[in-house]
Formats: sequence, structure tokens, C-alpha cells
Amino acid sequence: MATVAVLRTVEIRGNAAMYARAFAGLFLRDLYVLRRELFPFAIRVCMNPLLFLFVFTYIMPHMSGGAANNPTAAMAGAGFSTVLLPGLMAVAIMFSGIAAVALPLSQEFGITREIDDRVMCPLPVAAVAAEKIVFSAMQSVIAAGIVFPLAYFVPSTPVHAHVSSWPFLAVVLVLASLVSGALGLTIGTAVKPQQIGLIFGVVVMPITFLGCVYYPWAQLDKLRWLQMGVLVNPIVYMSEGLRAALTDSPHMQEGLIIGMLCFFLALLGWLGVRGFLRRVVG
Amino acid sequence: MIVEVCGLRKIYDGKQRVVAVDGIDLTVNEGAIYGLLGPNGAGKTTTISVCTTRALPTEGKVRIAGVDVVKEPAVARRGIGVVPQYNTLDRACTIAENIQFHCLYFGFSRADARARTAELLEQFHLTERVGAYPSQLSGGLQQRVQIARAIAHRPKVLFLDEPSAGLDPQSRIAMWEAVRGLRHEGITVLLTTHYMEEADELCDRVAIIDHGRILVEDTPAALKSSVGAEKVIDLKTAAPEKLAGLAAAIEQVEGVVRVEKMKSAVRVFARAEDGIVAKVVAGSAGHGVIDVVTAETSLETVFIKLTGRDLRE
Repeated sequence: MATVAVLRTVEIRGNAAMYARAFAGLFLRDLYVLRRELFPFAIRVCMNPLLFLFVFTYIMPHMSGGAANNPTAAMAGAGFSTVLLPGLMAVAIMFSGIAAVALPLSQEFGITREIDDRVMCPLPVAAVAAEKIVFSAMQSVIAAGIVFPLAYFVPSTPVHAHVSSWPFLAVVLVLASLVSGALGLTIGTAVKPQQIGLIFGVVVMPITFLGCVYYPWAQLDKLRWLQMGVLVNPIVYMSEGLRAALTDSPHMQEGLIIGMLCFFLALLGWLGVRGFLRRVVG
Repeated sequence: MIVEVCGLRKIYDGKQRVVAVDGIDLTVNEGAIYGLLGPNGAGKTTTISVCTTRALPTEGKVRIAGVDVVKEPAVARRGIGVVPQYNTLDRACTIAENIQFHCLYFGFSRADARARTAELLEQFHLTERVGAYPSQLSGGLQQRVQIARAIAHRPKVLFLDEPSAGLDPQSRIAMWEAVRGLRHEGITVLLTTHYMEEADELCDRVAIIDHGRILVEDTPAALKSSVGAEKVIDLKTAAPEKLAGLAAAIEQVEGVVRVEKMKSAVRVFARAEDGIVAKVVAGSAGHGVIDVVTAETSLETVFIKLTGRDLRE
């Protein structure tokens, strides 16, 4: 009996090593391809926040009449740039998940079928899906890192950013990035390739504009229904988490942010992996 | 037995219930090239999908090199190489990188992966196109890269799903050569095809499959000899009402084994004797025959004999 147990343990360890090497191989391949496409990646990440910051925090304050022409900035006052910093980072994180997982995956399912080869790797199919989430999360962290200096230096009004707790920032950044990868996986496996364009109108735009990106959640208190309604949007916890970690703006309670990010990671991760399994195993 | 399929059934329950595989039992010896021959929709691809862990069976068991593909799919995949019907090459990587990364997925070290890639590119005559991307290659070359990649991790069994679909005759022959070459490496090959020439030319054993069941299984030679005739002569007539008379007349001709009436022709199975065609044609005189088509007995003849249909119908 003891021998059988030992053999079984050795076998499980052997399999775990095999899975780990396959996972590392998949990650390495994605990294290699990303390195080759670094320039388009940077453009994709930078363009939206750069233009947004340029127009709302540089051009508008310089226009004659200043904030009068810019109701958004007028509402947020001089602190608008500080509000935008975590918000735009959250958008970059979320958009990376869509661009790194959802778009290519819907192509692979519908047209190229490359994914059929990837699932023949010697590791559980769910781990192939998990690799997509992890790799996308890595891209999200880089994207957030690229947006930070943009959002810090482009605005003409001062940005008040300081990190009170590095561990909290790290946890929020990693969780938000994983949630965005899981969201990408869920969308990529649920949407037909012909309809992937619609995703921008139906999902990406609403969750961005209603994601407390351009305004802090606490300041929605006059619109109680909206303040409660947006709580189902995972982007809210990404922007609020980064807002809490990077600025002194009013923000949601930290424990709630971490808890909800974990909840959305579990929910979207489960939906995404389930969708992935359904698409690749008949 | 390197491949053991036992009581395999696969039913797709949807709006329309489809029984894709209806009780298949199959065993393949190590080192063999084994063919599943049948028309489109016979259940060949579904059988391969289950064997390669890509579909779950409704019933039955499949073991590849002793590993249960349902219980331990990830472990089973180590012993399996797959070339599906469609191109699954990594478009973002060159053909060398395709093979190299495949090796890494299967736990090779970087140095081993590089060495194995060089070896395969040489073996499959791809060295000149090392830096090419899959989209820059012809269908035949893409297919060859797919086979090279599929065997890169030295699997015990290679599954080829309709390997010559969409290939020109020259590429098909090159692919056959490549598959035959795998025998020397001790790789067992299980392929599906609806080209009888392919099954005949390439396979040691062939299972003829239709409507999710295996109708018959043997060596190509034994299957063909089961027809009992070496020659098939179709006599086409413009006057279908004369078919009965024509059939009766031909049955009397010496060397004719069997006569079957078709819509507007009579199919004659005969032994390959000297002057047999002339004798049959002479015997058909006066029965309105307007054309004669002769052929050797093929696996298609076997299929027609078993199902009453053409493979391509």
C-alpha cells in the first residue's frame, strides 16, 4: 500500500512538473510574439489616454474661458487630473484584457482555429485558459505602467499622487489585471467572431463610462440610484482601487474594493474557463 | 495494442439529436498505418476527436498507449500527435518557431527544442523555408509543417484527419511519402480519409465506416478480394427497360461473377481473365448499351457492395 501511495505521489509530482513546463512554454510563446509586436502594443495602450489627457487636461485649461468650456473639468475642479490618473489606468488595464484575450480568442475560435493546437498541450485545458488570463494580466500591468507617467506629466494642472501603501497598490494592480483578463476570456468565449465589433458598443463603452473612471464613486451620492447601479461593474473597483492606492481623492472602502475584485475574479474566471472548455471540448 | 477503442458512442444532443458514432470497437497494432475510410459524415472525425481528447464520448472507452483519454487527457496528450483537417499553425510565428515552441510545450529544453526543430526541418525538406510564416506557404507545405510539428514531441500515435483534403496530386504523393517515413520511427498512424486510393496505397489495415459504425475491417488486399472479382465493368444503356434482359444476357458470359442492376446501367463483376471485356461487350449486343466503363476492383467497390452507395454520395 505504502509503495502504491509513494508511486502515486511521484506520478502527481511528475505531472505537475509536466503541466508547469507546458504552461511556461505557452507563456514564453506569448511573450515572444508580444515582443515582436511591441510597437503596436504601445500605440494601442497609449493612444486613448494620451489623447484624452491632452484634450481635457491640457488643451481645455489653456483655452480662453478655461474650465467654462469644459463642464467635466469644472465639476471636478482643479483636481480633475488627479481623478483621471487612476481612472485612465483602470481603462488601460481593462482594455488590455479585451485586446489581449477577447479579440484574438474570438478570431481563433471562429477563423484560424489555432487554439485547437494549443489545447493539445500536455496540461489541463483549464490551465490553457488560465494562461490566457495570466498573460493578459501581465500586459495590463505594463499598460498601467505606461499610462502612469502620461497621466502624471501631460496635464497642465497639478496631479497629486502618492502611494501610502505599496502592498495595497500591488494587490489592487494584480487583482484588477487578473479581473480584466478574466473579463476578456469571458467575452472572447461567449461572443461570436462576427459580433466582436459590437462588444465595443455593448460592453466596453458602457463599463468605461459607468466605471467611475472620470469621476470618483463617492461623488455620485446625489445620484443614489446610479451610485448603487454601478456596483455591478467590475471597472468601478479597478478605478476606485487605484484611486485609493494612488491619490487622496475620496474613494470607496479599501476592504470592499479588494473583496469585490476577488469576487469578480472568481465569477469571471469561472465563466471564462467554463466558456473556454465548452468551446474547445466537444 | 497501442490504440484501443471500445464500445465508443457519441451523441450530440441539440435541437436535432445526432448519433455521430454508434458503437465503434477498434484496435490498432503498434507501428501500423491504419485507415478509417468512409464518406463525409460517417463519424470518422468524431472518432478521432474523442481519441485525441478533443471530444468527450457519450459511452465507451478509449486508451492510447495504455492511457485512458477521458480520465487523464493531459497525460494522454503526451503520447498523441494530431494533424486536424484545417490548418492550426501559429500564424504569428515562423515555421521553425512553430516546431520549436511545440517542443517547449512538451517540456523540451531550449537546446533540445532547437536540435529537434533542425532535424525535422531537414527530414520534411523544409530547410529552405525556415523563416517563412505559415501564410506564405502553399497548402501542401503547410500540411507538411503540420505533420512535422505533430511528431516533434515523439508521440506514440499520430492522428491524421483527412490529410490529403485540398491537396494537389503532387503534394498528396509527397505527404504519403512523409507518412510512410514515420513507420521507420516506430510511430503508429491512424488516419481518416474518403479517398479510397489513399487508404489502399497507404494503410496496412482499413476499417470501412458508415453511419457511425464499422462495417468491415481488414487489410486492403483482403477487403478487395472479398468482392470475389478483380474487374468491374459498367455497361450504360439508353434504354432502361432493357436492363433486365441485358443483365440476364451478361450473367451467362463466362468469367462473370455477379451482375447488379443500377438506374441506367448494369454493373458487372468479373474475374480478370484474358479477353473478359470483349466477351462482356459482345454479350451485351442488342441490349441498347451506349457506353462501357471498366475499372479494377477497389475499396470503393467494397464500400458500394456493403452500402449500395458511392463513397462520394
